[in-house]
Order: sequence, then C-alpha cells, then structure tokens
Amino acid sequence: MKRNILLASLIIVAMPALADDGRMIRPVTNALTQSECSACHMAYPAGFLPARSWKKIMTTLEDHFGEDASLDEASRAEIEAYLVANAADAGGRRSGVLRRLDAADTPMRISELPWFRREHSGEVSPRRLKKAGSWANCNVCHRGAEKGYFEDD
Amino acid sequence: MKKALILPVLLAMAPPALAGDTSPGALIEAYSAQSGSAPVPENGKALFLGKHVGGKPDTPSCATCHTNDPRKGGQARTGKPIDPMAPSVNPKRFTDTRFVEKWFRRNCNSVLGRECSAQEKADIIAWLSSL
Repeated sequence: MKRNILLASLIIVAMPALADDGRMIRPVTNALTQSECSACHMAYPAGFLPARSWKKIMTTLEDHFGEDASLDEASRAEIEAYLVANAADAGGRRSGVLRRLDAADTPMRISELPWFRREHSGEVSPRRLKKAGSWANCNVCHRGAEKGYFEDD
Repeated sequence: MKKALILPVLLAMAPPALAGDTSPGALIEAYSAQSGSAPVPENGKALFLGKHVGGKPDTPSCATCHTNDPRKGGQARTGKPIDPMAPSVNPKRFTDTRFVEKWFRRNCNSVLGRECSAQEKADIIAWLSSL
C-alpha cells in the first residue's frame, strides 16, 4: 500500500508543471484518451482547450475534421469526461491559453485560439509549416510535445 | 504484494488493443457466414481502389489514405503513417475483432457514407489476404 502511494507521488512529481503560458502543460494521462486520439494524431493535452470545446468535439466525432472518428459510447464518455475534467477552464481555472478568447466562441482547433496565433505569429515560415503538414503536428517543431513540453525549439 | 503484481500486469495489458482474438481467415469465414455467400476478392479490390461518392469529400477512396498498394504503408490526412493493410507484410492486421469492426465502421462511413455489408468486409479482407 505504501508502495502504491510512493509510486503515485513519483508519477505526479515527474509530470511537467502547469505553466499558464502553455509552454509546459500536463500531457494526456488517461490511457484510453491517449490510445484513441493518437491513432490518428498527437493526443493533445486537455489543458489546451476549454471544456465547451471538448464537449463539442466529443459529440461530433461522426464528422471529425472530415472523417468519421466515432467511438463506442463507453469509450466516448470516458474520454469526454477526462478532457472536460482537465480542460483549460476546469474547476474555474483560467489558463493563459484562453486569453482573449471570446466566451461565446467554441474553438474546434487549438490553432484557432488567439493565444496560439500570437505565440506562433512570425515564428513559423510558410516553408516550415508546409513541412509540418499542418498546425496539427506540434511535434514536428516541438520535439517534446508528446511529453507536454512546448518550449521554443 | 498481490496489488504490486496486478499493477504491472494491467499496464502491460492497457496499450494498443490488438488482443489477437481472431485471424484474417476466421474473419472472412464469419463475415461470409453472415452474408450467406462466398467472398469475392476481385470485388474487394474494386471497392478498396475505387473512387466513391456519398462519403465525406476528403476521403473518396480507401486508397486516399491506404494508397493503391496495400503492401505498402499509407498516411492519414494528418500525416501520421498507417501500417500496411496486407497481412502478408503486416501480420497484426485482422487479428482483433473490435479493432477491425471499429475501423470498418468509421472508414466505410467516411468513404461510402454508410456501413459496409458483411459481404463487402469479407471481400476486402479476402483481397488483402491474397496479396
């Protein structure tokens, strides 16, 4: 029992701290969320979108950016619950990634956030973006993205 | 002590859901039994390589992501590599019933705008298994 507690605390310590500027953020810690999302793309940290965005994404999976990404209901519900519970505004938190986001907006892409646009403006040449394929592929430039590190590379 | 043993076992079980509960042959048999007729690999080939309307505009064909040669790897629209579909080069294909059903459901809907019939599933697996 003591061992389990020790293990749990080590895992918590090992995780990147939550910084409000979004450069270090907790990566996905739910196994099902990690495996299902990363089947097609990096499993984006829950803290990069507000709860309302995750709810919309997780209830429109039949047309997920032009593809059917639907899940069985039990999996869908578990993933939605995890993402909502760890969203950028979970528990009344107001993460820096939500700065200047209109409360009436429900962004479907992290790259739509005003914070994201500001962080990347002038940083990424068209050639570099083309090489990455799209803004969706964080890890082309941010090598530590999967682990929650988004420091400038 | 028991708990400490259970944890690593659970961790080992959790990742990619390739449980290995079936095989291409067993799936072909099961889908054929469901449809009531023998699989026709040529029909599977035509379905897989053909361009379709009725599905989502970005995915007119299976080959859009899987390429025209299932012995080679493909690429998702996100840029993520997709392992080859032909079991001869990728023995993990068609070994997990839930995985197979999930991706048939999603991808037939993306490409055709509907689910695939049991006959179509048998045809496709039969063709891919023949490569």
